[in-house]
Amino acid sequence: MKFETYSSSRESCCDREACAPVLSASDLSLFYGRKAAFRGVNLDIHEGCITALVGPSGCGKSSFLQSLNRLTDLIPACRIEGTVTCCGKDIHEPATDLIALRRRVGLIFQKPSPLPFSIRRNLDFPLREHGFTDRGEREAKMESALRDVCLWDEVKERLDSPATSLSGGQQQRLCIARALALEPQVLLLDEPCSALDPISSGAVEDLIADLRNRFTVVVVTHNLAQARRIADDVAFFWVKENAGRLIEHGPAEAIFSDPENELTRAYIAGLRG
Amino acid sequence: MDSSGDRWLLWVLRGSAVIAGGVTLLVILFLVAASVPAFQHLGVVRFFTDASWHPAEYAAEGTFNLWPMLVGSLLVTAGAVLIAAPLGVGAAVFCQYYAPGAVAATYRRAIELLAGIPSVVFGFWGLIVLVPMINQWHPPGQSLLAAVLILSLMILPTIAMISDASMAQLPDEYRFSAEALGLTRWATVRGVMLPAAAPGVLTGLILATGRAIGETLAVLMVCGNIVQIPTSAFEPVRTLTANIALEMAYAAGDHRASLFVTGLILTFIVVALVFIVEKINRRFSSLIP
Repeated sequence: MKFETYSSSRESCCDREACAPVLSASDLSLFYGRKAAFRGVNLDIHEGCITALVGPSGCGKSSFLQSLNRLTDLIPACRIEGTVTCCGKDIHEPATDLIALRRRVGLIFQKPSPLPFSIRRNLDFPLREHGFTDRGEREAKMESALRDVCLWDEVKERLDSPATSLSGGQQQRLCIARALALEPQVLLLDEPCSALDPISSGAVEDLIADLRNRFTVVVVTHNLAQARRIADDVAFFWVKENAGRLIEHGPAEAIFSDPENELTRAYIAGLRG
Repeated sequence: MDSSGDRWLLWVLRGSAVIAGGVTLLVILFLVAASVPAFQHLGVVRFFTDASWHPAEYAAEGTFNLWPMLVGSLLVTAGAVLIAAPLGVGAAVFCQYYAPGAVAATYRRAIELLAGIPSVVFGFWGLIVLVPMINQWHPPGQSLLAAVLILSLMILPTIAMISDASMAQLPDEYRFSAEALGLTRWATVRGVMLPAAAPGVLTGLILATGRAIGETLAVLMVCGNIVQIPTSAFEPVRTLTANIALEMAYAAGDHRASLFVTGLILTFIVVALVFIVEKINRRFSSLIP
C-alpha cells in the first residue's frame, strides 16, 4: 500500500463534521512487555487542526504519539493492539510502506535531536534519500523550510557549521524544518517546548500555531496554558488501573470551559495532576 | 582528600602509574641503547641500501638491508586490514541494526571467542590447512596471501568489537530521529550511524593495524620467510617481526644490534599509529556532543 504524498493544493479545514479524520485510533493499546502504556484509546485527529494531548507524566501520551507513525516498532518488546488508520488505511497492515507513512506523518522529539552533522546535511540528507536528486531543488526546499521556522536569517551564513552548535531552541526549529522539508501531512510533536528556555519555547509555540491549516498537528504538552492558547482539539489522558487512558476529548473550548468528566475538571482547574 | 584511606589510594595509584609508564620508557630506552652499535657501525642508510640481508657479526662482513622486510610487514598488514575492515564493520552493523536480539548476542559471543584463540593455533591451522590449499592453487603455498588471510582472521574480532562498541555508544535519538524522517534502515546506517561512529570505527581499524604489524608467530608459520620484495601474492615474504624471531637465537654483535633496529622500526610504526588514534579522537570529540 502506498500513501500518496501530500499535495499543497489540499483544501485546509478545521471543520470536524466536514472532513474525515486524517488519523484515527480505535481501541488502541500499547504494551512494553507485559506493562500497558495505554489501553483502549479511541481518538480521531482532524485535518488542519491542532490537537493537544494533555495529562500527567507516564499516562502514555508520548507512546500514543509514537504509535501513530509506528516509531514504536523500534522499541524491542513493544506490542500494539487495536488499529490506527491513516486516511482510511490501516497502518499496521504488513503491506504498509513505512517510509511513506513516516514521511507523511512526521515526528518531532521532546529533546531537540539534530543529527551530528552540519545544518545543511541535516536537511539535505533526508531530502536526498527521499528521491530529490536535483541539488537546486533540495537547496530551494531547504531554504523555504528554514524560512518557515524563522531560522533562515539566523543560519544562512553558517549552513556548514555543526547543527549541535545551535542553541536548544534553534535546534528544535531545525528539527521541525527538517520534517517540514519532507512536506508531511501530519506533524506529531512530543513536548517540543519542554526542553527549551522560555524565549525559545515561545518561538516554537508561535511556530506551531502558524502551522495550523497548512498541516495537521498533534502536540503532546504538559503546559495547559499552551494547550489553551494553540489547540483546536484537546485529548485528556490519565492513568487508571496502571495504564494510560483517554478520559475525554473534544473541541478545546468545550474541554476548557465545560468538561464532562470530573477528572478533567480537576486537572484543568489545577487541582490534580 | 582528607581521610588517610584516600591518601593511601592516591599513593598506590601514583605508584602504579609510575611503574606502568616507567616500564614503557625503559623498554624503548633499552631498544634504542641496544640499537646504537648498529647505527655506529652501519649508519642508517645501509639498512635501506645494502644489496641484501646477509647479516654478520661485524658490520663490514655482512649486508643489512631491512627494506624488503619492512615492505613485507606493510604489505601483510595492509592486506589483512583491507580484508578484515569491511568484514568487521559489516559484522558490527549486522549486530547493531539488523540481527534480532538473540542472534546478535550469540554472534557477539562467537566474535569474542575468535579474539580469544591463541595466535599459535591460527598459525598451526594456517600451516596445516590453508598453506596446502594455496599450494594446490599456486605453489609454494607459504606466501604473502597465506599471511594476509591468517592475519585478517586474527584482527577481525578487534575491528568488529570496537566498531560494535562505538555504535552502541551512539545515542538512541540519532536512530529514532533518522527513522522518524522516513529514512530506510540502510540509509540510517550509511548516512547517520556509520558517520557518527566513524571516529570509533577508525580507532578500531588503527588498533587492529597495530596488532597486525606486531603479530609474529602466526605470520612466521605461514609466510615462507624468504627475504624478498614479492611480485605476487603467492610469493613468500618475511616480516620485520618474523625476522627478529627467526634470528635472535644465534645473532651476535652487529647482527644482534640490527635485530634491535628492526624492533625499533616496529615500535616507531606502532607509536605513530597510537599518535594517529589520539589525533582522531581529539579532532572528533569536539564535533560530537
